[in-house]
Amino acid sequence: MAPDTPTALTRKSFMSDQEVRWCPGCGDYAILAALQRTLPKLGVRPENTVFVSGIGCSSRFPYYMNTYGFHTIHGRAPAVATGVKLANPDLDVWVITGDGDGLSIGGNHLLHALRRNVDLQILLFNNRVYGLTKGQYSPTSLLGQHGPSTPLGSVDYPVHPLPFALGAGARFVARAIDTVQKPLMEIYERAYRNKGASLVEILQNCPVFNDGAFTDVAAKDVASDRQLWAVHGQPLVFGKNRDKGLRMRRDGCGIEVVTIGEGGVSMDEVLVHDETNLGLASLLAHLGPPDAPMVFGVLYCNPAPTYEHQALAQNELARQRYGEADLDALLRSGHTWTVSGNEDG
Amino acid sequence: MDYPSRERKTLDQVVVRLAGDSGDGMQKAGEQFTLTTALAGNDLATFPDFPAEIRAPAGTTFGVSGFQIHFADHDVLTPGDRPDVLVAMNPAALKVNLGDLEPGALVIVNTGAFTKANLRKAGYEANPLEDGSLDPFRVLEIDISKQTLAAVEPFELGSRDALRCKNFWALGLLYWMFDRDLAPTLAWLDEKFAKRPVIRDANKAALKAGHAYGETVELPSGIEPYRVPRAKLPPGEYRNITGNEATAWGLVAAARLSGLEMVLGSYPITPASNVLHYLAKLRHFGVTTFQTEDEIAAVCAAIGASFAGKLGVTTTSGPGVALKTEAIGLAIAVELPLVIVDIQRAGPSTGMPTKTEQSDLLQAMYGRNGDAPVAVVAAATPGDCFHMAIEAARLALRAMTPVFLLTDGYIANGAAPWKIPDIAEIPPIEVKFHQAPEGFHPFLRDPKTLARVWPIPGTPGLAHRIGGLEKDYDSGNISYDPANHHRMTKVRAEKIARLADVIPEQDVATGEDHGKLAVVGWGGTFGAIDAAVRSCRARGAAVSHIHLRYLNPFPKNLGALLSRFDRILVPELNNGQLVKILRSEFLVPARGLDKIAGQPFKVSELEDAILQHLEQDA
Repeated sequence: MAPDTPTALTRKSFMSDQEVRWCPGCGDYAILAALQRTLPKLGVRPENTVFVSGIGCSSRFPYYMNTYGFHTIHGRAPAVATGVKLANPDLDVWVITGDGDGLSIGGNHLLHALRRNVDLQILLFNNRVYGLTKGQYSPTSLLGQHGPSTPLGSVDYPVHPLPFALGAGARFVARAIDTVQKPLMEIYERAYRNKGASLVEILQNCPVFNDGAFTDVAAKDVASDRQLWAVHGQPLVFGKNRDKGLRMRRDGCGIEVVTIGEGGVSMDEVLVHDETNLGLASLLAHLGPPDAPMVFGVLYCNPAPTYEHQALAQNELARQRYGEADLDALLRSGHTWTVSGNEDG
Repeated sequence: MDYPSRERKTLDQVVVRLAGDSGDGMQKAGEQFTLTTALAGNDLATFPDFPAEIRAPAGTTFGVSGFQIHFADHDVLTPGDRPDVLVAMNPAALKVNLGDLEPGALVIVNTGAFTKANLRKAGYEANPLEDGSLDPFRVLEIDISKQTLAAVEPFELGSRDALRCKNFWALGLLYWMFDRDLAPTLAWLDEKFAKRPVIRDANKAALKAGHAYGETVELPSGIEPYRVPRAKLPPGEYRNITGNEATAWGLVAAARLSGLEMVLGSYPITPASNVLHYLAKLRHFGVTTFQTEDEIAAVCAAIGASFAGKLGVTTTSGPGVALKTEAIGLAIAVELPLVIVDIQRAGPSTGMPTKTEQSDLLQAMYGRNGDAPVAVVAAATPGDCFHMAIEAARLALRAMTPVFLLTDGYIANGAAPWKIPDIAEIPPIEVKFHQAPEGFHPFLRDPKTLARVWPIPGTPGLAHRIGGLEKDYDSGNISYDPANHHRMTKVRAEKIARLADVIPEQDVATGEDHGKLAVVGWGGTFGAIDAAVRSCRARGAAVSHIHLRYLNPFPKNLGALLSRFDRILVPELNNGQLVKILRSEFLVPARGLDKIAGQPFKVSELEDAILQHLEQDA
């Protein structure tokens, strides 16, 4: 294993010596490559970086990063990562999870890591299927998903990761897709820069068990009409000619798609993205085909103090309030009495 | 007329039980009685016994809360089998506890609570104060409710708040009866109710009134005040301590002795919650307490903290251990230190949360998937929780392994005088974070202990990955090699076995190291077993008491020691767990003695069993 020396780092500096073993064509390769390209630009040190994962295809990720890594147990990565961060808040901690790991067996931990605002970058690879156990439907699978456990199609409604995260109180919520590297790298950077829990849903194709799960937004011929990349302060427009936009409905609460210049719709009516607006983020998080584009980019970013910062500040507060820790004094706190050697009973 | 009843009769030991509604403040009164009794120089043991419901319906038998204290002029090993004095604050308390009394016991009854409605709620068809059912006992009938109302009248409390002072009135009477100083309790009230002066003063008035009542009222013949001389304890500074306090402080001491900060992941559960509470007050000791979303997150956070170089600890009870099982397996696989404190309670499932049991031994030893050995230690007394918490951490850090500390609801909540140890005399715990990149891989082992290295994130040159997948012995990388898995499984087992090199040899608590009968116990039954063995020996029985605090690995000499006895009797508060392990480990003809009642052993039960065993032999 090569020692990490404090020289200029490259993508290679973050590649471990382990052979990557995802299926050919798996979206995870692109997600890994984008991160290995991003980290050198962020100026982070491998020895100061920790990847914590659960169980599933995506959770093999730490083995391929030349950083500290902990491949834990199914669904529990956010809890382990919280412990790492409480132990050493100076570490950069990334959580790698999937739709099954993070939203089914580990849904509870994800919820609480988000609401506590632990300073973690949580990358949720969403392929809407269980890959490692060979093709069962997942909690994000669409209604009617066929698989070995649902030969007649699934009958339970999917959970949507971003509305879930916003509902849990996440302060940073973003969506990306495996096929588009540059924005993915930008989102990684934004997630890294945010001090707090950053939830990034990455749509990821599983070519073996759920191939084409995202063709309705990812396919080249529909991408521009089905992907809206939100940019803070910019109008929410999309389409090949960037002539389609989102505006508030006139007839109730919600968002509708309009074509600028059609029916007297002007650019002024198009919503401008404000990533600090929770209401807007919630509306955007729910959008998707066939009625509307799916919204990508940073949907919500509204930082707040982190859990570990506040928790460790309380340790400091206790030091100020109670003074230097004195174990002997602690053992003698309250009532004590002395029995002397020659005391007559 | 002289006052012969005012002369104090000397007793060598007394067992007092306070019983009332769960809202009657019996636990508070019991704690105060414990404090003043300790300060008076008696040795003591206590047994709080309360329902799981915070406020069960008033007046019902299932809402009865009890607190028993045994104090003496000699060393006290148990809270006592049968009360000499019962304070019954209502009919339900009388009904629940009467069966435990020997004829001649003193019963102090609050007649004010013996209303028709309360009698009915307790299931009495006739008033036991009138139908002769108390004839075998000495009975002191006092309308404590009315006396209390009169005592606190000047404070103009509502009758509800006024009546809540009656526990302190009863306490005052007991203080008179056993020659106790009121000052420590008055000081406690000053502190407790500093912000509610009216409540403070009312309780003080009730306490003093109860005391004055004893001094002035002419008592029925046969009822008199007592004196229990000071106990002869080894010299030193003492305090009262409960097992859970001792566990919390022991963990803090372990962190101090190892030079590590501690991260506690914990989820509220009876009877373990107050370890979390105690530690939450000690943040200035470098203790980060984290109340997690569930039991699994609690252990996972501790494991994450341990990965990052802290002392990771999780505290819980049996159902919590069940939830943590998979994560404990992870800590075994990645070989990280972890202390798991299991304060056992009656199971299975939710069982009886406030009642004690020793039924998690097999869960701690074997309750995981795969061959997943851990070290297991158990505390014998409330004070011993302090030492065994340190031991648990010492073993965890030495072998880079999870270690279970088993205590139980009985010693967790029970209090006993504790000789305060000198921290400077406890050997430090050696911890070394790996630093050298040359030849590094994460599963490099110490050839002596077989512990792997502890390289913590933030160390340049040591970036590495660990996980629950099997690792190659020589590189730490993922491996599915058949021979390697065999080897790694053996190494994980051997690593735990080698902890026997640093645990004390098994001693004999009482009696010879050979003979007809060894009574072998573990954990919180120490006091009852030792008292029974001592008493049987005093009657000439050839019996010894061996008490285990190290359950995995066992002390090296245990097998040889057991083989020097003809018979082995293993009393446990479970359906026979240690006895199974001893039989399988040492092929000895050990027999179990089980009690699965949610209650500790009575000394008399053990005496009977021991004598019966010896008779069979004769």
